[in-house]
Amino acid sequence: MPTKPDTSSETSSLVEVRDLSVHFELRGGTLARLFGRDSGTIKAVDGVNLALRPGEVVGLVGESGSGKSTLGRAFLGLVPATHGSIHLRDQDLATLSRRKLRKLRSVVQMVFQDPNAALNPSMTVEEAVGDALRVHGMKSARDRRAGVVEALERVGLSPVELFLSKYPRDLSGGQKQRVVIARAIVLNPELLVADEPVSMLDMSVRAKILQLMLDLKTDLGLTYVYITHDLATAKYFCDRIAIMYLGRIVEIGPTEEIFAHPRHPYTKALLAAIPDADPDRMVPRDLPRGEIPDAADPPLGCAFHPRCPEAIAACGWESRDLRALVEEHWTRADAAYDEERPVIGDLEHLDAPSTSATIGTGGSAAVRAILDRIKDEDTSEPLWSGVTSIEDSGSGVTVHFEPAPPPALRRSGGVEVACVLYPDEGTDHSRS
Amino acid sequence: MTIDLTDQPVTSLPQEPVISARDVRVWYGTTRGAIRAVDGVSFDLAPGETLGLVGESGCGKSTLGRGLMGLLPDGAKRDGEVLFRGQDIFKLSPKAAYRLRGAELGMIFQEPLTRLNPLMRISQHFEETIKQHEPRLSKDEIRDRALEVLRLMGIPPTRYRSYPHEFSGGMRQRLMIALALVLRPAFVVADEPTTALDVLVEAQIVQILNDLRRNFQTSLLLITHNVGIVAEACDRVAVMYAGRIVEQGKVADVFKNPQHPYTRELLRSTISLSTTGLHYIEGAPPDLVDPPDGCRFHPRCPEAMNVCASKNPVNLERPGGGRVECWLVGPEDEIPADGKQPLKQQELTVADEA
Repeated sequence: MPTKPDTSSETSSLVEVRDLSVHFELRGGTLARLFGRDSGTIKAVDGVNLALRPGEVVGLVGESGSGKSTLGRAFLGLVPATHGSIHLRDQDLATLSRRKLRKLRSVVQMVFQDPNAALNPSMTVEEAVGDALRVHGMKSARDRRAGVVEALERVGLSPVELFLSKYPRDLSGGQKQRVVIARAIVLNPELLVADEPVSMLDMSVRAKILQLMLDLKTDLGLTYVYITHDLATAKYFCDRIAIMYLGRIVEIGPTEEIFAHPRHPYTKALLAAIPDADPDRMVPRDLPRGEIPDAADPPLGCAFHPRCPEAIAACGWESRDLRALVEEHWTRADAAYDEERPVIGDLEHLDAPSTSATIGTGGSAAVRAILDRIKDEDTSEPLWSGVTSIEDSGSGVTVHFEPAPPPALRRSGGVEVACVLYPDEGTDHSRS
Repeated sequence: MTIDLTDQPVTSLPQEPVISARDVRVWYGTTRGAIRAVDGVSFDLAPGETLGLVGESGCGKSTLGRGLMGLLPDGAKRDGEVLFRGQDIFKLSPKAAYRLRGAELGMIFQEPLTRLNPLMRISQHFEETIKQHEPRLSKDEIRDRALEVLRLMGIPPTRYRSYPHEFSGGMRQRLMIALALVLRPAFVVADEPTTALDVLVEAQIVQILNDLRRNFQTSLLLITHNVGIVAEACDRVAVMYAGRIVEQGKVADVFKNPQHPYTRELLRSTISLSTTGLHYIEGAPPDLVDPPDGCRFHPRCPEAMNVCASKNPVNLERPGGGRVECWLVGPEDEIPADGKQPLKQQELTVADEA
């Protein structure tokens, strides 16, 4: 690993995020608004604590919809905080006015994912990079040019004269991303938030851009927040990694520890999903089913439980899981869909999350028989362990599940993990 | 679901190839001259076999896929011979080619949402697709066939009458694959089918593609830039550079023992969990209006010799099976005297970067 500051020592942090939540209100149609009906909230970031030490590279890793980009944008004050604070030294980014925020952006800068979208097609490289200096009050064109030339040289775009008057359309993907990085460092920031900086680039240049970012970190003493879905680059690039799922950090700790002993089943799943080109390293793998759920209506209990290969009774099973299980049963070859469908009836009402689910229209006994058949198909299905009782109800049955709170981050070995499989180790509640 | 690693590559069976492409060329006309996007590509595909086509952006892999399907834009020309069950599909009338597409030649695209009609239910998508080729089937027969394929893709029958927007990204790609397979085509081109998806969903789709050969006996040309996906889902691999296949063979052979320097560099520049140092290929793929003389990779090749800059490499039997085009492999007797001296290369800078 290229850079590993001593993470154990208590250095004062550059940025401290405390209990941060970023919620987006969903606006329904005109009628819904007229009658004051609440159409839901997306909890993009939900109660996150994170401290960045100077000179550290922290990775935010997760799938799309995990809230990693929203959290990254919060570092620049680009999204409004619903709750909590983001302290950069003695200022709280969450409450600052736009004017003060703009001033602060010379300290915190961002590198975007898609260099084609991040550069104005009608600005030359010199204008694009110099614009940041102009906005921050550098009036003299000669000073601006000197700053631009220095930044371009730093990102390897030399001879500079060759690039100054070029437009984005004249540049290759890697060169464009270099311009974006030059624009981010031209103001001498301390913190760089890089949102998937290499995922749009060709394989052959990804490593080159990552190397450039590592060099810049050493030369300029930068601190990075590296946002990615790819654990392989995060492993190489980061000192510390926070795995995010549906707005929460589910596991956080030093990179070595996360990779040597992944604890959260989601971390294990992300690791197993990386395809390896080495034919000798291929292993059969148990992938989580389904996809990241709707953030407006997250699963009850642990948000990952519907997909979790290690789920147990206390994970927060609910009505939607029953729907998924019945539908999955119908995708099996020997399932008698045409006979069973009339007995089970519609499943749509199960989409309202609840710890009790009523299903069936064809008589309690028949519904029970189908449920038993489903249970026999896969007795290891963890959902059944979370069922407390099944009682007759009208022409169907009501299935009751054990309610469970979402797990909190708890210390486990060298990391913190939010999973019922890792109960609290001791009284050490220090937040990292 | 687990991957069956004991799977024998289908190539070991002595079977007639489904697709046999010889010297395929595709040009795009531009004001600067013709872009030779695919320039003399030959390969065979056995029944039920998956061939991975890898390379950097702009190497011509997508153009090759579309060219085989006959889905090239106006202004593009194709040449060569592609035998499908003994019939040259490049010489078919437009009407005959139309009949073949969908029924025998399928295609899976990268962006599932842009390929599904948002105003049509999934059931209507299947009805339209199947009716085009088998107009006599009843609605119930269509439904049975559609549900059968959907089941294999893990989509429950309760969703048959849903609209595309009611599905998640991974489900939509499963729908696209189901639509491409419902007519049981003998040959399918999948163009970057997982690039727009999340990591975990990508792994699920790779597994589905991997199961294809067992469930459908479909031959698949899988176009991707991700060598990891090739290693997991393909029997053989063809590495493409600047419009040519520079090396092809069984995945395990080629990846374990790459003969062409480009294959080796491409594998080394991939960042995986076992990466301990960053590695990259200097420079960028050449302009295909005027590609370099000799081997097209020689300006970027760390092992280039004098002969590489002047003479086209010869297509050879690859040691260990397959084909390769590189002077390092041979043939010795065609290399002129002092042709093996290291080539004095121009230094590559960021100005040449991809």
